Amino acid sequence: MFDSPRSVTPKFSSAPPLRRFFLRPARAGPPAVLAGALADAALAAVIAAVLFVPILGLVLDRSRLEPHLGRAAAAVAIVFAGRLGLAMAVRTGNWARLTGFAGRAASPARGGWSRGWSALAGRPLIGAGLALAVLGAFPFLPFANNYLLHVMSLTFIYILLAMGLNIVVGLAGLLDLGYVAFYAVGAYGYALLAKYAGVSFWLAIPLTAAIAASAGFLLGFPVLRMHGDYLAIVTLGFGEIIRMLLVNLTPITGGPNGIEAPRPTLAGLAFTASPPPGTRAFHEAFGLEFSPAQRYIFMYLAILVFMLGAVGVFLRLKRMPIGRAWEALKENEVAARALGIDPTTTKLAAFMMGASFAGVGGAFYAGMEGFINPTSFTFIESAMILAIVVLGGMGSVAGVILAAVGVTLLPELFREFGNYRMLVFGLAMVFVMIWRPEGLLRVARRSVERRTDAR
Amino acid sequence: MPAEFPWTEPPLLSVEGVSIRFGGLTALSEVSLSVPRGAIAAIIGPNGAGKTTLFNCITGFYRPTSGTIRLHGRDGSPALERLPIHRIARLGVARTYQSTRLFAGMTAVENLLVAQHGFVRRGLGAGLLRTPDFRRAEAEAERRAWEWLSFMGLESAANRLAGTLPYGQQRRLEMARAMAGRPVLVCLDEPAAGLNPQEAQELNGLIQRLRAEAGVSILLIEHHMGVVMTISDRVAVLDHGQVISQGTPAEVQQDPRVIRAYLGEEDRDPLPGDGG
Repeated sequence: MFDSPRSVTPKFSSAPPLRRFFLRPARAGPPAVLAGALADAALAAVIAAVLFVPILGLVLDRSRLEPHLGRAAAAVAIVFAGRLGLAMAVRTGNWARLTGFAGRAASPARGGWSRGWSALAGRPLIGAGLALAVLGAFPFLPFANNYLLHVMSLTFIYILLAMGLNIVVGLAGLLDLGYVAFYAVGAYGYALLAKYAGVSFWLAIPLTAAIAASAGFLLGFPVLRMHGDYLAIVTLGFGEIIRMLLVNLTPITGGPNGIEAPRPTLAGLAFTASPPPGTRAFHEAFGLEFSPAQRYIFMYLAILVFMLGAVGVFLRLKRMPIGRAWEALKENEVAARALGIDPTTTKLAAFMMGASFAGVGGAFYAGMEGFINPTSFTFIESAMILAIVVLGGMGSVAGVILAAVGVTLLPELFREFGNYRMLVFGLAMVFVMIWRPEGLLRVARRSVERRTDAR
Repeated sequence: MPAEFPWTEPPLLSVEGVSIRFGGLTALSEVSLSVPRGAIAAIIGPNGAGKTTLFNCITGFYRPTSGTIRLHGRDGSPALERLPIHRIARLGVARTYQSTRLFAGMTAVENLLVAQHGFVRRGLGAGLLRTPDFRRAEAEAERRAWEWLSFMGLESAANRLAGTLPYGQQRRLEMARAMAGRPVLVCLDEPAAGLNPQEAQELNGLIQRLRAEAGVSILLIEHHMGVVMTISDRVAVLDHGQVISQGTPAEVQQDPRVIRAYLGEEDRDPLPGDGG
């Protein structure tokens, strides 16, 4: 398996590197094929044993470790048999016939699925319109339930957050490990504004964006001269400071007990069965039967609109002087400064813009959940959002959306697999980073053609 | 176009008694020189003479220990030595680097658009809403980017990532980027480094066209004597951080101090063509 040097294969060949690495067809006679396949399978079995003996073979019974080696042995045997079959198929050339995959990967003509995909990619407007129609119609489809709508709304919030962090990390190249702080500022900003000033949800949206942007300014100012690791550490600290404030300012924030955030209304129409006196409920105004689904659908659509807005703003920013200045500072700060770009204001703008996205996301999160507490704003949230941006491809839009769906939706949908889903999730992240170090989708650069018309 | 020396009008750039010390090392001491308006001026000198250090002082990368640098440009005569890099750039001083500093992950066109940052910049709202005014400014910037690409013969590289271009194209792209910001003074740090004789010849023509067609003044550091002597109006020779000679190329070539600095002391082995 490790017999020939890896460097022989070109780095960017069309076949996925992992497949090439693990399942290399051998050109040899039958005995050699069998021997090679056996060796391959044995190695796989050893790796499996290393993994499964501790996981399946040892069971913690109160304070004692009980050996259950039979289970581990079964798992190792399955791996051995499976690997042997796979290795034989590859080595005898049957793999290609079995799947039709190898031939397709090698030839430039792609199969039906990828051809359909590239045809769609050639017409981004049609693709985007199609996706929009599906997303907009989704709540009214028969299989859409409140749980699914809630999960999808949460996914949209994560896309919105990832777009904001994509500005800071993807475009401006400032590694921010405390991004969740701005999310918290937005969520608590809305809850506190509603509690102490009676501000309504929709008025709170621009306010929380502004408050979070100010927080971004506060964080940005001291860290402007820092790069890389130092910046990451300071932002990490900032995230923790905000969380500790929320936990410890009990008289204001409710501390660990959290705080209630009023549900959003549609032009004053509440989504409750019995609205507070003097107001009307949504179902009364429209003469409908009350159903909790109405609130879920409303939140879903509202968040969808704001998420799309965030994507739109991000796309525009990328094509604006400020977006190019961010990228230039990331690529080569010295050269960017020598072209007249002020690093201070430009980086501050990135922090503030990214933070304002998170502020809006936080307000929506608070409004959707109706109740927030500091446990929603721990470091792991920052790490998740950062993972979305890095997995998706820094600066990319489609990739980040894809990664946000993968990171938030899939673990939810596979909840019945318990904690195995987190194992698979972690493995998937590792493999994406090996297979696609630049992220799922590489940033598509806009091509600028010469203008022939004299405008 | 000025061609005769000496010029009577005030120079575009004047460096007056600039010294810079790094700890105990004096990298430049009392350097005074000037770049006349519309001139191609060259700084030559042996390795380690302080040529790039002087460039770094002019463009704000280093802050001189003493002395002053004035740009008699479109905004009066500001002293550059106390300004940050980006402010100096906005006054119209552009530069290239010995080893290129392109935005490698951006396309050639995008590199040139970044350089026009200050001209395209409108409010945030204008860009987000793509107002007609914003779109006009963007279109104008793209047109100018293409102009400079074709000036430098880089049309085919327009939408390729700058980092993937061949070395010679990267160097020309860096010059284009310096020019796209509409400077009054362009500082070229060894533009001929790594070029073969024919490319160096082409570079000569290119630099002269820059002055003729874009009306910029050019200050260049060069080792390549062919480039320096044929196109420069004025040459300053640096050695050990001091200006040991300046004048027209012919004058400098005759100066015994220059010959000494380049070829060593007189009593060493005489070389063929060594006049001293």
